[in-house]
Amino acid sequence: MIDKYDAIVIGAGHNGLVCSALLAKAGKKVLVLEANNQVGGAAITREFAEGYSASACAHLLYQLQPQVEKDLNLNLKLASKNMSTIVLSKGSEHVSYCGSKVTGVNDSDQKNFEEFTKRMTKFADLLKPYLNKAPPRLGTKNKKDLFTLAMLGFDLRRMGQVEMREFLRLIGMNIYDELDERFENPLLKGGLSLDSVLGTHLGPRSPNTILTYLYRMAGKHGEISLPEGGMGSVSKALSDCAEAAGVEIKTNAQVKKVLLAKGAATGVELNDGTVYNSEIVVSNADPKKTMLELVGARNVETRFTHRVDNIRMKGNAAKLHIALNKLPTIKGFSDADYGQRILIAPDESYVEKAFNPAKYRKSSPQPIMEITFPSVNDDSLAPSGGHVMSAIVQYAPYKHKSDWNEEARNNFKNAIYNVLKQYMPDIESCIHAMELLTPVDLENEFHITGGHWHHGEFTLDQFMFVRPVAGSAQYQMPIDGLYLCGAGSHPGGGISGASGRNAAQVILKKGNK
Amino acid sequence: MTPVKINTGRLRTPFYPRLAELDCLNTWHNWAGYSSPEALYCEDMEYFAIRNSTGVFDITPMTKYRITGPDALDYLNRLVTRDMRKIKPGRVAYAIWCDDQGQVIDDGTIFHLREGEYRLCSQERHFAWLTTAAIGFDVSIKEETVEIAALAVQGPTSYSVLKNMAIDGLDALKPFGLMHHQIFDTELMISRTGFTGDLGYELWIDPDKAIDLWDALFEAGKLHGIKAIGTHALDLARKEAGYLAPFEDFLPAETTVRTGRTRSPLEIGMEWLVDFNKDNFNGRRALLKEKAEGSNWRLVKLDIEGNKTADHSFIYSQEKNNSEEIGFITSATWSPICKQNIALGTVRTPYGKPGDNVWVEVYYQREMHWNRVMAKATVVDKPFWFPPRRGATPPAPF
Repeated sequence: MIDKYDAIVIGAGHNGLVCSALLAKAGKKVLVLEANNQVGGAAITREFAEGYSASACAHLLYQLQPQVEKDLNLNLKLASKNMSTIVLSKGSEHVSYCGSKVTGVNDSDQKNFEEFTKRMTKFADLLKPYLNKAPPRLGTKNKKDLFTLAMLGFDLRRMGQVEMREFLRLIGMNIYDELDERFENPLLKGGLSLDSVLGTHLGPRSPNTILTYLYRMAGKHGEISLPEGGMGSVSKALSDCAEAAGVEIKTNAQVKKVLLAKGAATGVELNDGTVYNSEIVVSNADPKKTMLELVGARNVETRFTHRVDNIRMKGNAAKLHIALNKLPTIKGFSDADYGQRILIAPDESYVEKAFNPAKYRKSSPQPIMEITFPSVNDDSLAPSGGHVMSAIVQYAPYKHKSDWNEEARNNFKNAIYNVLKQYMPDIESCIHAMELLTPVDLENEFHITGGHWHHGEFTLDQFMFVRPVAGSAQYQMPIDGLYLCGAGSHPGGGISGASGRNAAQVILKKGNK
Repeated sequence: MTPVKINTGRLRTPFYPRLAELDCLNTWHNWAGYSSPEALYCEDMEYFAIRNSTGVFDITPMTKYRITGPDALDYLNRLVTRDMRKIKPGRVAYAIWCDDQGQVIDDGTIFHLREGEYRLCSQERHFAWLTTAAIGFDVSIKEETVEIAALAVQGPTSYSVLKNMAIDGLDALKPFGLMHHQIFDTELMISRTGFTGDLGYELWIDPDKAIDLWDALFEAGKLHGIKAIGTHALDLARKEAGYLAPFEDFLPAETTVRTGRTRSPLEIGMEWLVDFNKDNFNGRRALLKEKAEGSNWRLVKLDIEGNKTADHSFIYSQEKNNSEEIGFITSATWSPICKQNIALGTVRTPYGKPGDNVWVEVYYQREMHWNRVMAKATVVDKPFWFPPRRGATPPAPF
């Protein structure tokens, strides 16, 4: 069977769906091929124990770009929005922050937090417009690129000398030093440290952790919400939107390779041998998988292959799902508190120490956690009376010394229990079922190289002009008609849709020439 | 702790004892870490051995890589610009390889030793590049320079010399062919290849049998004017044949810093080695673009009036107006066999088409005083020296 499309999108991750919807809205005949049996890629809700469901990877919405929502007229149902972050103490003196307000700390910390978030928001706002367009090329004579670069410089300068200097000082810095200088409360510092290292192979003392923090703020100023029905409902909304625009979506259709002729994409071939033809192939898969597996190193240049091969993307975050008979007791918690974002990161050094073993291919004996109880405000996820805990647990390096054998997994599970018990003494009696997904599991289930759900570390050497690699930051790969639209391309990970939207714009612009 | 002496000096090839015996000049230089003679007794006589009888040159220092594995062919086909699928076992390919920007890294010869088993030989070392290029291929790359001793046996009587060694099948060996021969309880590989543009062979053997091979060869050649030669004689011969030398006629892209100093295959007259019909090879995209937009440079072979060697000369489009400087000479010599003042050079396009005349500014010194002459030169198409015996199969005996 040979079908011809204007564009084929490999992978129905949220970026692939955004990209396909925008292409279809512009009149293209688009086919989306998804390897798994449901759309969403890693942004899905799935049942992990009978009657209990949770978002498989990311569970909170921070970064969904307003431009994406606007372009697609998305109207997401949220189970809760404007959530607070509560950093747990072993007693009941938790620290809670939301926006620029923080409670549970002294006056000076409150004042400093307000100033800190104000400044970070300002810097995030500086970056934000550049996240929503293709990054300019360096060393080019292209007028648009030069203009974008000039605007970036101008925006920076326009902040004034003091702020510009501060921005340049902070952009490559680590969050630890900045927090230590400003704040006294260890819980606050621990929480903000976790915010800066979530989903990365970085500790708060690693350079670059202010950039990761800014990136988190650049969506909606750090405003957090929980989609109703889990992350799968966001994907569902996106795929509905795509299908309404005329996109054809096939699930259980795993692409084996991108078909090429003379350096140009001509279509794709599935595992079962089915061939679909299109002169435009857009890959929502990560850059390594796309270039080294689907295209094949032999079809691209040596140095380029080398750069792709060297993209740092070994996942470090595990996902924990627990089916609960009842909510565990947390000292000093009101009912509403269970519906917030809950962190275990008692201080900034604790976070750094949790990271240390990851450097040597071991998991943290005392992990840090971002916990949600999504069932508190969403009945659809658990049977009546039951609850779901969904947590991101760090650090669990992809390249574990043992390759994540049974013993290593059990050790890590025990480490998690031990930490949880310190804050939720009755947790063991609440557990009905549990699932732990290491980066290796995430790789297997979602076909993400290294199980790194940002499709590559978000660091200065893999940012903007050099994301995914130098010479291909504008979504176009060095194969005619082949584009990337996933988180591995600019701007990066998180449920933002920006990569998909930017890629669609580049593809459409090219077509109009 | 007892100090351990590590020899960090130059290596000697397995033929060194024989070369040292013949050496009267003591002009050894460093070639890829080995001592190699510039000349052994007389550069001119050594050169004439290549053209009139047989010259033997020790090419052991030539960098050799063994390339094997299920993807060896695909790997090489992506590496070099020509189509390696056409090179059957028992054949040798002269090939060129480029970086991602389509700039030449080096040239070399690829020997298809047996089905799926290759040897790549080049002047410069390329292990890093070859390894990087292997990402995504099931291929093994092993440097085997020290494991193989090799001699170039070049000149009109070389066929008869080897014939005297009773090598079966030599008659049928065509240019760029290779064969295996059992001798001294080991395997001798013979290829009809060389760097002189003349009839000639290269012999490849286990280093332990190197001296045996040398002795047998010189015994077989004693009535055929066999002579050991050094680099200078070979360099003269290669210029006559129009062969390029890295670092002289082009710069290996991987070690060049300044932009614009490297050359693409199209710019050094190697377009015939570039097969755009292949799905991919490294540099293809860049070269297609260059082909469409036009190259900046062109390599020229020049036949220059007069007898003053045009070393390092500037090339002009006109005799009188020096502002029209269009390029420079990269290799030059007086060719004794052609009785021509010849040179290789690089000029900006559109200059330098075959048949064009250009002007070469030659400086020469007579008893301390410098003189300058503007010599007219003609761009020629063919190698300066390309005798019919080079291609004759079987070659004529002497």
